[in-house]
Amino acid sequence: MRMRRSVRVSGFRTAAILAVALLMAGSHQVGAKAPQAAPATSAEVKIDNFSFAPATLTVSAGTTVTWTNRDDIPHTVVSTDEPKAFKSKVLDTDEKFTYTFTKAGAYSYFCSVHPKMTGTVVVK
Amino acid sequence: MERKTGNKMVHDHNHDGIDRRGFLECMAWAGTGMLCVMQGGVLKSFSMGRAGELDAKKMAGELSFVQISDSHMGFNKPANPDVSGTLQAAVDKINGLATPPEFLLHTGDISHLSKPEQFDTVDQILKGAKGKEVFYVPGEHDVLNDDGKQYLERYGKNTKGTGWYGFDKKGVHFIGLVNVLNLKAGGLGTLGAEQLKWMEDDVRSLKHSTPIVVFAHIPLWSVYPEWGWGTEDSAQALAYLKKFGSVTVLNGHIHQTMQKVEGNVTFHTAMSTAFPQPAPGSAPSPGPMKVPDERLRKVLGITDVNYVQGQHALAVVDATLE
Repeated sequence: MRMRRSVRVSGFRTAAILAVALLMAGSHQVGAKAPQAAPATSAEVKIDNFSFAPATLTVSAGTTVTWTNRDDIPHTVVSTDEPKAFKSKVLDTDEKFTYTFTKAGAYSYFCSVHPKMTGTVVVK
Repeated sequence: MERKTGNKMVHDHNHDGIDRRGFLECMAWAGTGMLCVMQGGVLKSFSMGRAGELDAKKMAGELSFVQISDSHMGFNKPANPDVSGTLQAAVDKINGLATPPEFLLHTGDISHLSKPEQFDTVDQILKGAKGKEVFYVPGEHDVLNDDGKQYLERYGKNTKGTGWYGFDKKGVHFIGLVNVLNLKAGGLGTLGAEQLKWMEDDVRSLKHSTPIVVFAHIPLWSVYPEWGWGTEDSAQALAYLKKFGSVTVLNGHIHQTMQKVEGNVTFHTAMSTAFPQPAPGSAPSPGPMKVPDERLRKVLGITDVNYVQGQHALAVVDATLE
């Protein structure tokens, strides 16, 4: 009789130890399987041939976007919001403009010199 | 080189002594450096090479001026690394005309990047041109960074608003308009309510027989909206000019000559003195077009305009630098 009891007690303890061990193993596995990628903090828009590429850029809040003018004609990057969220000075060939998007939303912009050129940055 | 059909008037619908079809045919010759002159109400065409044989007085008419456009001082890419040189060549061309112009009209994009030294260089070069004055309207390249403040400081004397104005020369009324400011995303050139109101008042008391010349940078007709080659509210401006028997609209911006005649209105765009641009839709974008070096001065040029008192239409002739 006494042996059985001790077996039962030790059985319970073993089960508990086993359970804890399993849990710990489980969490170890989660940590090792897929290291979570850090969100991108920078993105690029190329200006060329009188267009913004990509025309719609999706980024996460906190991203710094850099526009680079690869065209042989000057362009600008101007927000269409009132008041303007951003407004670059005129960019000649190879000049850049950067802006960091901190708030979520859809930001439309255009080239104030060639207003048919339009683009959007979607911030999630 | 006389035209085969001779110079007989064939169609005189408006009973104003103007042979419209002849006028249109003459305009079609204009790109090759022909000179169309009103003589006794009839259009006669002469090649520029024979111009010296003509009676200078008959040819001169009463008012002669030259339109230049899109000098883009400061541009230095492969399409033309020497825009100063080609502007000087344009001045030489002007100074070689049989009838020196009384003044010049510059239809904008004087500078390439709105930099002070670029405006200074153009002023300097144009000082060498015959023609006592230069009248300007801005292009979009002249109003960068400061919404046109520097442009107005330099060229805005006697203008209103963003730089519009009117003046008279030998009975012809000139209207300079600004359609390159306050542009909206996805839009075309724009004149705006204030400027339109001014224009309506400006022409209200003019006699219907007064010849009108309107000049602005972006075309005041729909050349190619996909590339922004048009003005959103120009129809309103043209409506104010319906009563006039002769309206000539001179524009730039597209760096090639294009003409259209609609009733009493002749629309004309000038070549650039800096670099050519592609024909509408013929390239992915309307940027500077590189041509073989030896061809460059054949696609750049000036526009010579002559008016004879009593005749209605102005004779508008394009001439390339070479």
